[in-house]
Amino acid sequence: MNSIIKHIFRLVIFLFVQVYILSNVPLVHHYITPYLYFLFILWLPFSIRRWHLLIIGFSFGMLTDYFLHTPGLHAAPCALIAYLRPFLLNIFIAKDSTEQSFTEPSVRSMGWGPYSFYIGILTFLHHAYLVFIEWMQFGTFGYFILKVLATTVLSLVMIFITEMLFSRKTKSRLT
Amino acid sequence: MRNIFLFIRQYFNLISFLILQIICIVSISKFSKTHEAFFSTKANEVTGVINSRYNNITKYFNLAKVNEDLALENNRLRNLLQSNIVAPDSSLVIKIDTLIKDTLNRFRKYTFLPATVVGNTVSLESNFISLERGANQGVKTDMGVLGPNGIVGKIVSVSDNYSVAMSLLNRNSKVSAMLKNSKDQYAENVEWDGDDPDYLVMRKVSKSVQVKKGDTIVTSRYSPSFPSQLMIGTVTTVEKDDQGNTYTLRIKSATNFRTIQHVNIIVNHYYTEQFKLDSITKKLHFNLGNE
Repeated sequence: MNSIIKHIFRLVIFLFVQVYILSNVPLVHHYITPYLYFLFILWLPFSIRRWHLLIIGFSFGMLTDYFLHTPGLHAAPCALIAYLRPFLLNIFIAKDSTEQSFTEPSVRSMGWGPYSFYIGILTFLHHAYLVFIEWMQFGTFGYFILKVLATTVLSLVMIFITEMLFSRKTKSRLT
Repeated sequence: MRNIFLFIRQYFNLISFLILQIICIVSISKFSKTHEAFFSTKANEVTGVINSRYNNITKYFNLAKVNEDLALENNRLRNLLQSNIVAPDSSLVIKIDTLIKDTLNRFRKYTFLPATVVGNTVSLESNFISLERGANQGVKTDMGVLGPNGIVGKIVSVSDNYSVAMSLLNRNSKVSAMLKNSKDQYAENVEWDGDDPDYLVMRKVSKSVQVKKGDTIVTSRYSPSFPSQLMIGTVTTVEKDDQGNTYTLRIKSATNFRTIQHVNIIVNHYYTEQFKLDSITKKLHFNLGNE
């Protein structure tokens, strides 16, 4: 119960930061758009069912879309990373050791290497799919490649700062 | 039959993932054609309420700049007052009434409705502005939106008490515009290239038009959403196209999209008539072309 409230609180904070702060920051260049909201999906607990994860990811993306008036644009990549997340977690962690002792993905539960791979790959896939949908509507191939790279780098820097600022004390289940 | 159920069970996650993706793609393509989202009316109402709560807090931060803009606008409007102009001949009296129809048989074509900006973005590829004024207060789609310094956008969707305008800072935005000083009042579309929220672009301007840095760009007479001669911006650079046949103008937008808080929605009383006539003509030409 406590953890559900914690995740709802996180949802509101991520949505607020994305809609009211990051979408109003003056741009350095139009290839660089700040995105942080999808970290909510990456921080969901291990124990969540795949089917539930998919629905939560999609609804969270759609919620963001209704605030930014772009229905579907953010929901599609959110559903993608929610679908792929369990596969990556299976690759990167030894199942019986980590999943039983920690509740959610973090530096402490997975270690620096696997965690940064996990974040990096899903961030890249999210941006690639999102910019790909934008590219279908306008822009060129150069726009697609450069924007994916620039936006991914900026997002990774922001995620790194977030991890530094809010070190989540993921409780060990055994204690 | 049993095999089908087994198949669905085994690939349940993949199938639901694909269904969600199809929903997204349909939603995107539908929105980019009509700007009508699924449940858009209800969603606008909810996000509108949250946006206006948030705006109540943040509007204080820009208050100085907003006040300055409004004061300048007041000053400009006061200069337009009829009482400031003295007619040389005392037998000629010009009277303009605010009624729809007055005794001199002048018709009122445009009305301006005030509205508050409650939500705004500048950093995305397609930016929209939420306004606190909706269908109950007389807003319809395709009405123009005018800020204190110049035009801001066009209404694309309306709910009961809120409406959403497509900002000029949108890849799909197109506004018919012309050069204020040019004699032939050459009209061309003003667009946004997604680059800088302060600059708009006017492409394919004929070389016969005399244009130089600092010229004023205003709305043309062709758009049913805007009255003519409304400020859009000033030309900052004049570049030749790749082919060298036309100019591409880079325009510094008069509106500062980051700080707009009070706008006017423009009601064209002849909009339906003009729109109907236009669409009938288009249909007629289409039919003739087929024959």
